[in-house]
Amino acid sequence: MRSKRFEKLAQRPVNCETFIKPWPEVGLIAVDSPLDPSPSLKIEDGVVVEMDGVRREEFDLVDHFIARHALNLEVAERAMARPSGEIARMLVDINVPRATILEVASGCTPAKLVEIAQQMSVLEMMMGLAKMRARRTPANQAHVTNRKEHPALLAADAAEAALRGFAEIETTVGVARYAPLNALAVLVGSQTGRGGALTQCAVEEAANLRLGFKGLTSYSETLSVYGTESTFIDGDDTPWSKAFLGAAYASRGVKTRYTSGTGAAALMGHSEGKSMLYLEARCQLITRGAGSQGTQNGSISCIALPESLPGGVRAVLAENLIAMMLGLEVASGNDALASHSEMRKSAKLMLQFIPGTDFITSGYGAIPRYDNMFGGGNFDVTELDDWYVLQRDMQVDGGLTPVSEEQVLPVRKRAAQAIQAVFHALGFPTISEAEVEAAITAYDSRDMPDRDKVADIEAAQKLLDGPLSAVDIIKMLEEAGFHDVAANILEMQRQRVIGDYLQPSAIFGDGFKVLSVLTDPNDYQGPGTGYRVEGERWSALQNLPQAWDPRTYLNSLGAVQERIWLEEIGPAERGNQLEVVIALSPVFGAEINHTIGGLDHCDVLSAVLQGIQDEGLPARVVRVHHTSDCAFIGCTGAQLSGSGVAIGIQSKGTTVIHQRDLAPLDNLELFSQAPNLDLDTYREIGRNAARYATGQPTIPVSVRIDNTARLRLIVQTTLLHLYETRLVESDRSPTELRMS
Amino acid sequence: MASNTLRTATGRTLHDLNIEAIRAGELTAEDFRISGETLRRQAEAAEAAGYWQLAENLRRAAELTGISNQEVLELYDALRPGRSTYKELIALADRLKEDLDAPLTAAFVREAAEVYQERGILRSS
Repeated sequence: MRSKRFEKLAQRPVNCETFIKPWPEVGLIAVDSPLDPSPSLKIEDGVVVEMDGVRREEFDLVDHFIARHALNLEVAERAMARPSGEIARMLVDINVPRATILEVASGCTPAKLVEIAQQMSVLEMMMGLAKMRARRTPANQAHVTNRKEHPALLAADAAEAALRGFAEIETTVGVARYAPLNALAVLVGSQTGRGGALTQCAVEEAANLRLGFKGLTSYSETLSVYGTESTFIDGDDTPWSKAFLGAAYASRGVKTRYTSGTGAAALMGHSEGKSMLYLEARCQLITRGAGSQGTQNGSISCIALPESLPGGVRAVLAENLIAMMLGLEVASGNDALASHSEMRKSAKLMLQFIPGTDFITSGYGAIPRYDNMFGGGNFDVTELDDWYVLQRDMQVDGGLTPVSEEQVLPVRKRAAQAIQAVFHALGFPTISEAEVEAAITAYDSRDMPDRDKVADIEAAQKLLDGPLSAVDIIKMLEEAGFHDVAANILEMQRQRVIGDYLQPSAIFGDGFKVLSVLTDPNDYQGPGTGYRVEGERWSALQNLPQAWDPRTYLNSLGAVQERIWLEEIGPAERGNQLEVVIALSPVFGAEINHTIGGLDHCDVLSAVLQGIQDEGLPARVVRVHHTSDCAFIGCTGAQLSGSGVAIGIQSKGTTVIHQRDLAPLDNLELFSQAPNLDLDTYREIGRNAARYATGQPTIPVSVRIDNTARLRLIVQTTLLHLYETRLVESDRSPTELRMS
Repeated sequence: MASNTLRTATGRTLHDLNIEAIRAGELTAEDFRISGETLRRQAEAAEAAGYWQLAENLRRAAELTGISNQEVLELYDALRPGRSTYKELIALADRLKEDLDAPLTAAFVREAAEVYQERGILRSS
């Protein structure tokens, strides 16, 4: 036996996903594995001799690194002695400033940090995020890639992403050898959209570093770290090699952020039976110990693995919080596809979106999912308006600014032309006018002409191996007349030698003003403090291109002056024949001429009259002036009707069949969803009213049901009713009408 | 950071880094390299804000400003698992300290050599 409801449930998008019971021995457990250690720390002569139950002799690479570099031994013993529940309460206590918690957390071992987080609900952790986020101003990062690695499209997309306010733009490649061209296109494009968007190209470390050396990228978040020694070795690195790499980037003025996340060690088969959150806490201590500016965490590409487990999404929030407690900049995930279910995907996002993080997503697809070379991405360009609406709904800054098509198109064009000019000056394969034109309006790379891939890859190799750098690009853009783009790229290079953006949570605000933990520290301490969406920013977030002024709607209604087809011929009298009265609202067919469903009032009235005539009854039309309420209009008509039966119609189209002996708010039939009524329905309403008048058995009119009508049209309904209500003449009696 | 006293790795001021100089071909990528001194000042700022590990990283970075891109890449590779013998890492640390004026990085490499040996992730021969 199979329930049809369970069948439907099984087909729901959320059930495309895999849900498993925990299996701790292989690390398939989000938190609290039986093999997770209890917090402990022993220090002798300034040296850590035991950490989280492991003696120094048993330390692996990760333990050694954490013990030597991550822990603040001056405060460690006091921090470890403080009950975890007390530290958890400090996190949600608005009277405890961020700095106090940073100091306590700096002395906590991985197991201690997990134990603190484990005291907290998701709501409490979100409170923790609001306070512990390093930068006061939240921001967002974009992904810009395409399957054809088309430089004009990359440049146009990067420009649009920068214009929309993304603080960082990450690209990558399908074919590794394209990297220098993709980095170049995204650099040129980004600085066309808005000066100051940081860019990176995620490729293998050595190649990545070379792109940074050339000034083609300004940040890197490819430095993966892992929670167990075996995973590190499989990743062909150690905490020391990664830390060296971090210093190497900084030595060339490149911002860096490490990356890790729950589930990675389990996925790579080296969890050692530890929970995902515990291993991630170790990653965060490596990140802090290595002196990284920040972390990209929040499970990242592994997200579906913790999500398969109970408490997985909560654990991902906990890892964000732990990173923030360590003072790190946090690009908080939400980048890889997190669910087939829109409900689940959005709900998960809210954990970071509402409190705000340094980068709410560590890669929002500013391109269609088809072109997202980071595995398709969690959100894409078609969901931008959803994001904007969420910002507007909740008065939350998700890091993006609404823009209009008119703003976007010229910026895309200029970016495509700028990269065209650079390719020309470099002697690289030509970007044609047709390619520029296609890049301006393309949906995805299928709208772009194909390029000679062999020639492009040769050019990419030349760029990487030769002496060319960002300085040459600036010169070419300047000489080709792209002064603004040249000036922005020049300023990016100048910022490299200043190095203020090497501090945690650094991004560029307006005018290349560095916003970092030093210049824009989060000072949240409860209501009325910290980052607030207000003033100009709130205006910008409210101002969606598709939002309209309701005053204009009323004006446009008032302006309609079509031919007069309803003529008042005197006071309406009570009839004494078998008839149906049609009672119209104050401005039906006058100041207002159409129903909310777009039907012409004349057609509506004719259909109703036709229906009455079908049953062989006469009809009279009257106008009610003293009320705009549908029930009272119908009721008034019924008092005037010789049969006692009347039809009341409001301007928006709402209709009632009323009868004299019924209470005003009672009725024979009510048609409350005006948008769902068509002319056939109005004719049937006329017919039924006539049948009631003659006392015949009558089947109520069946109406099409569309439950979204109210959702779509409630504003218009409100405005129409408001308009009609304003024109009510409360002391005027009904008048008889004639159609002309 | 105060921009009037700032010098690039090649000794130029921020004022020198302008579009006219680029047009005239007077500037190269080297002129846009951050200096060790600037990185040390950033390290001080980080330390004052409680970021002592970031400060250490920036001080190691300051040392690396004097080392060529190629050698930086080689150093990174030498620190990856199974790439170097203990002796090679120690020799590298010595060279960093003696020849390349990079004592902090040298100590870091030396520490790695000790831990790698303990954990058996050095190249055997």
